[in-house]
Amino acid sequence: MTQEHRKAKKFGMVIDLDKCTGCGSCMVACMAENNVPFRENETDKLKSITWMRVYKLTNGKPYPKEEICYLPRPCMHCEGHKGHSPCVTVCPAIATDYDMDTGIVSQIPTRCFGCRYCMAACPYHARYFNWWDPVWPEGMEKSLSPNVSPRMRGVVEKCTFCFHRYQLALDKAYAEERRELEEHEYQTSCTQACPSDAITFGDLLNKNHAVYKLKKSTNAFRLLEKLGTNPKIYYLSSREWVRRAGDNYRPGEGTGKIKSHH
Amino acid sequence: MKIDRRYFLSLGIGAAAGTALSPLPWKSMDDSSIWSQNWPWTPVPPDGEATYENSTCTLCPGGCGITVRKIDDRVIKIEGRKGHPVNDGGICSLGLSGAQLLYSPTRLNGPMIKVNGSFQKISWDEAISKIAEKLTDLRLQGKSHTVAAITGSPRGTVPNLFKRFLDVYGSPNFLYPSSFEDSYSHLAKKTHGQKALPGFDFENADYILSFGAGIIEGWGSPVRMFRANSNWKSRHIKLVQVEPRLSNTAAKSDKWLPIKPGTEAVLALGIAYVILRESLFDQGFINNRTDEFSAWREGVLETYHPARVAGITGIEQETINTIGREFARAKKPIALCGRGEGRTSEGIGEIAAIQALNALVGSIGIRGGAFAVPEPDYIKWPEFALDETAADGLNQKRIDGAGSNQYPDTDSLLHRLPRAILSGKGEPVNAILIANANPCYTLPDTQTVIKALKKIPFKVSFSTYMDETAALSDLILPNHSYLERYEDVPVTWSLAKSLIGLTIPVVSPQLNTKNTGDVIISIAKAMKGSISDAFPWKNYTDCLKTTLGKYWNPLQNNGYMKISNYNPPEKMTKFVFQVPDKTFPVDPEGDEKVLPLILIPNDSMRLSAGSTGSPPFLMKTVSDTVLKDNDTLVQVNPNTAKKYGLKDGGYALLKTPRGFKKVKIYLSQGIGEGVISFPRGLGHTAYDKYLADKGVNFNELIGPVEDPASGLDVAWGIRASLTKV
Repeated sequence: MTQEHRKAKKFGMVIDLDKCTGCGSCMVACMAENNVPFRENETDKLKSITWMRVYKLTNGKPYPKEEICYLPRPCMHCEGHKGHSPCVTVCPAIATDYDMDTGIVSQIPTRCFGCRYCMAACPYHARYFNWWDPVWPEGMEKSLSPNVSPRMRGVVEKCTFCFHRYQLALDKAYAEERRELEEHEYQTSCTQACPSDAITFGDLLNKNHAVYKLKKSTNAFRLLEKLGTNPKIYYLSSREWVRRAGDNYRPGEGTGKIKSHH
Repeated sequence: MKIDRRYFLSLGIGAAAGTALSPLPWKSMDDSSIWSQNWPWTPVPPDGEATYENSTCTLCPGGCGITVRKIDDRVIKIEGRKGHPVNDGGICSLGLSGAQLLYSPTRLNGPMIKVNGSFQKISWDEAISKIAEKLTDLRLQGKSHTVAAITGSPRGTVPNLFKRFLDVYGSPNFLYPSSFEDSYSHLAKKTHGQKALPGFDFENADYILSFGAGIIEGWGSPVRMFRANSNWKSRHIKLVQVEPRLSNTAAKSDKWLPIKPGTEAVLALGIAYVILRESLFDQGFINNRTDEFSAWREGVLETYHPARVAGITGIEQETINTIGREFARAKKPIALCGRGEGRTSEGIGEIAAIQALNALVGSIGIRGGAFAVPEPDYIKWPEFALDETAADGLNQKRIDGAGSNQYPDTDSLLHRLPRAILSGKGEPVNAILIANANPCYTLPDTQTVIKALKKIPFKVSFSTYMDETAALSDLILPNHSYLERYEDVPVTWSLAKSLIGLTIPVVSPQLNTKNTGDVIISIAKAMKGSISDAFPWKNYTDCLKTTLGKYWNPLQNNGYMKISNYNPPEKMTKFVFQVPDKTFPVDPEGDEKVLPLILIPNDSMRLSAGSTGSPPFLMKTVSDTVLKDNDTLVQVNPNTAKKYGLKDGGYALLKTPRGFKKVKIYLSQGIGEGVISFPRGLGHTAYDKYLADKGVNFNELIGPVEDPASGLDVAWGIRASLTKV
């Protein structure tokens, strides 16, 4: 196995919500990179496929005390306990798997037979079902990338941390007789596109990667940590009410303490 | 055996039960679903050689550098270009959707002419000679001045080719949509003695006071502003946002001042009052570099006491004092304006009031301050001779009154064109050329615009897409997409140093289109005589190469270049205070008694409100609190809703003096009582099913309100009512 030569990685993200402006670039960068289909009416957000979705949070106070915070939500690539991510454990087809070498939760559409157990199991609504075959307007199929297969009707899809980019970067490194990648060689499409530099991507175990330090900030939190999903997306916010929206704390409990680190 | 009814039925039921118990239906259902999953309509994108090419984005005036990822000759993705001075790798959602625009089925394939209400294909030669004939005809009748042209912007070689064509042909009617830049340019004439564009050194500023500028909603060069904003966050630099609505910029600011709409400039003068009263201004700058200070000071101290300003603006007196002190004590503060994206003009009085704050603290023409940047002047074409007809035509009055005695410093008042046509006074417009603009969607009071344009007997569109204006035209000469052509992109928007970008043809033309620059040169050549003589170039590429001269090679290799390291000449670092008159706040149109609410637009990075329609990817990012099915949602404060019996998600009739639309209600605490809002960029009637007939076009509900000083349309909102239906 080629992986024997490399140390195991845990790829993850730190998203600075103070910098995120909710502009939607990450969403479109993801769609364009991963051949995400679109339909005539995309206003039913339960059926609109967006591997990366930007949620709008508000503090619920009346005008003019209202505050808004945007929260980009890719797949959390949960590690759970020793790789027992909520979705992976329920998949009867091994169409989704936790990769111990990269920490990436894979999704193999051709194995998926559409039972949608994983969607029910995912607490982050990060998975989407193809209710219809994807149809591109005449001529627009030309814009599809050969690096990611378009999915057929009846299967589940989700964010893969642009795994094909990892493979391409590795291929290139191998060709140059290298075994390890530099931090900048493997970056997801959303990270690259973000005009505000709000997203940082890298190996959470590598001390030289920016994410390693950022995740230790006292402003860091993860979503629904109390469920034990052990997600690999960290968020930073200087605002207490935003950190609380991560839903990890008992009333009166202080925020800013990540319970278990990678 | 007797086959009776009972026997027949039991046989049928038995057969059905038997089949259901057998594996046959389940197996065939399973097989057919697997079989139909494999029908060949799920495309398999062909693989090939992957390459990257650099170019410049033209989808908004921002001028970002892009890197186009290609597989063989297909564009598959557009990314932000690393190291580019404007965006350094970042990119917005519209720029990212560029491949969908290139391969859009709404693109126009070949020239078309309207015959009996429907379009028919014609050849390029026929199309060009049709225009040449028509225009020659009008010229021979001495009606050259009844021809007009609208371009998306006045800058760059293509708009200038149109201008040159009109000049030598004999028409003064070169029009373009005005923006915040035009208002600023107008003010610069007064404060610097010459027209100039607004530039801001945001990267080095340390306190930002924004009067409604949508810093992260598309203002200026959007990605550059996003980067500046992130930079402020890292450096803990304070951003104060003055805006009636909790926009994204307001939400991300350190202090949001929820102001009564339209009163921003009053607040600016209230803040100036505090700085004057407490002598916090930059004495050196005031003494050495400004004029009219004492008269202005008197005017401000007389009228804009914070107590009075608090009453007008709804911002507490104590807050005004604090902001005034903070602003004056910061080392490199910047005050800026231009509501939302800044694609609409602002009153000269308003800009003068806000710019005066920069002058008070000496933030003009220095690092970390505001700059007056001269218009790019790289286009130096040979003089041309005017024949008698042209000279006569050029001497005629412009149809929009720009440049007249009333508005000598205004170049274009496009919003006046529809009324000028419909009023029937003066000469009618007999022909119009429209390039890189979609006035039938973007101009205020859109229905009137459409009515007026319909009256013009010969309308020529140069659009790349079948947009609203192209659909209305008599002749369409489609332009290449920006990924298929060479064109210079002068980037002026808010940069402290102007820059030229170049679009590079990264793919060969996908359809039967022609660069608009080439078409104009061909039309001129077909018209012979002095007109042909004024266009000495072989084709557009030749024109571009000659124009750019020594810049051509670096531009082609590099994709962009800074014209020079701009060191402002002395007059650009001075300021002449403009004694505030009573021209603001400009009242919104409508009768308060009948229309008790105020409707304001909002801009969003997730919708393209300009001449490019939103591609499908962009529409996918639009929130369901903005568009639900085909309905626009109007943002309403719950207290307003209660007063008028409106429910969240319920339908209502939205009325303004310009029209009415059925909308849905979206209750939100992000907007004050009595104010309602929805975004620009919806309600297209042209384009495809992913965009057309979705929501309401804001421009249909608002009309122009003119600034007395410049004549520019400075409407920031309109009176409205909501009635439950």
